Amino acid sequence: MKYSYKRITLLAGHYGSGKTNIAVNMAFDLKKQYNSVTIADLDIVNPYFRTKDSQTELEAEGIKLICSEYANTNVDIPALPQDMYSVIDDQSRYAVIDIGGDDRGAYALGRYSDGILKEDNYDMLFVINCYRPLTRDAMTTLEVMHEIEMAGKIKFTGIVNNSNLGEETTADDVLSSLDYASKVSKETGLPIKATCVKQELIDELSEKIPDLFALKLQKKII
Amino acid sequence: MSDKVLMKGNEAIAEAAIIAGCRHYFGYPITPQTEIAAYMAKRMPKIGGTFLQAESEIAAINMVYGVASTGKRVMTSSSSPGISLKGEGLSYLAGADLPSLVINVQRGGPGLGGIQPSQSDYFQATKGAAHGDFRMIVLAPSSVQEMADMTVKGFELADKYRMTAMVLADGTMGQMMEPVSLDYEIGATVEKPWATTGTKMERPHNIVNSLFLEPDALEKSNFARYERYKEIEENECMYEEYMMDDAEICVTAFGIAARVSKNAINAAREMGIKVGLIRPITLWPFPAAPYKKAADKVKEIISVELSMGQMIEDVRLASECKVPVTLCNRVGGMIPSPEQVLDAIKKAANGGAK
Repeated sequence: MKYSYKRITLLAGHYGSGKTNIAVNMAFDLKKQYNSVTIADLDIVNPYFRTKDSQTELEAEGIKLICSEYANTNVDIPALPQDMYSVIDDQSRYAVIDIGGDDRGAYALGRYSDGILKEDNYDMLFVINCYRPLTRDAMTTLEVMHEIEMAGKIKFTGIVNNSNLGEETTADDVLSSLDYASKVSKETGLPIKATCVKQELIDELSEKIPDLFALKLQKKII
Repeated sequence: MSDKVLMKGNEAIAEAAIIAGCRHYFGYPITPQTEIAAYMAKRMPKIGGTFLQAESEIAAINMVYGVASTGKRVMTSSSSPGISLKGEGLSYLAGADLPSLVINVQRGGPGLGGIQPSQSDYFQATKGAAHGDFRMIVLAPSSVQEMADMTVKGFELADKYRMTAMVLADGTMGQMMEPVSLDYEIGATVEKPWATTGTKMERPHNIVNSLFLEPDALEKSNFARYERYKEIEENECMYEEYMMDDAEICVTAFGIAARVSKNAINAAREMGIKVGLIRPITLWPFPAAPYKKAADKVKEIISVELSMGQMIEDVRLASECKVPVTLCNRVGGMIPSPEQVLDAIKKAANGGAK
């Protein structure tokens, strides 16, 4: 299916729910539809495995990467990228913003929320994964959601079900997460905007799940 | 639904510790292990446990000493510079024969170094964590599953031998995510008649202390401790051999370096090079047996390390210097690539070290 984008797509969720991977994939997907695309890494929590790991691939596609100049260095401070405001101010570009995990990561978003709300052309997507130990059911997932909304000062507008076990994920694992996702949807009143699965499972699942979004997993070196 | 969960290495350690019965965690944040503390902070209050962020690493290890004295399972975690700070406490724990579990998710050094992965605390963990004659059991996981497994195993061994066990991981192992199964049979914990649990006026006081007023008594305690260490060396060595049956070249590595090495070995095997891997899982006690065996049939041993060559000294001793032992390494937070290891294997296959 074709995901329909607002000008700004914000991805937030529990730590390790898969936001960065989805952000990178969405940026590539956006680039197929629009000329000017930016991906911004607002993660101030994670020391490793950053959007910047995909820098070469992103730049090869002409996607602008905004991230802390200290990402992937030994400068262990929660620095924000200085050109971050250009994402909010330059309304001619489509953008994906990758927000750090949990409320701690979402605090960084709070700084930019006024401009985003004022323009009002955004989706704030809640990325969920029922195979993560602290969000195994709808109730604990909702806890995380409220914490993020408080910190980021923007309410979610939709849910992205990214329930997975990494490379080991089977079609069954995805199918048995649908109940969980619809529970979260029902409790929050938020629509499920996409169900993310790795590319290899698309054929097997395309008839069973309406809103599939194919993910190419970021390359692994080890 | 799968019974597996997708976890970061650091989270796997924290959850496994809770499953193993640890209800007391003391720590101080430091990258790249902070998720252990963050996880404990979320979980411990929900299960009646104690999470306490101490004012320093030194305070945390001394809190571990306190809880260990009462016989409860207790843990602290840190990364390289923080482990150095804990040194004094580790020696006191050893002197008082207290069981504890300490996690080191290593980063590049020396000094403040960096936040990227490293294995350069091998010497510190296996030979010289602090002053005095003592050892720690050192476990080296190589997957997120093993991060959990070694945590449970570490608690068991620590209790069994009344000493500190250390899980020696590195930043990549701490940060990477993999599916894990946390289905453990936690056996009955060992009796701890020495613990300070209150006499109820029914027995003499138990005293936990590392100070000895008489030198001969201190000597006796050292001798007794080393008798226990001998038993550990005989019974607790763990290692994995991979494609060693017909190997003419032996790669050896632990933790993250072993994962890279396996990739390189698979690539070399496709090229027809007979190469295998010895992966120590306990770094102390160091498993000498597989190296002794390998030294009689391989022409070179390549030690792959994220250090300037630390384990290589134990490999040379264990293989009795019968064959050349060469180093293939990256340091400072860099990881050897499979290609770099493959090049070292190819070099060994074509005549190798002179």
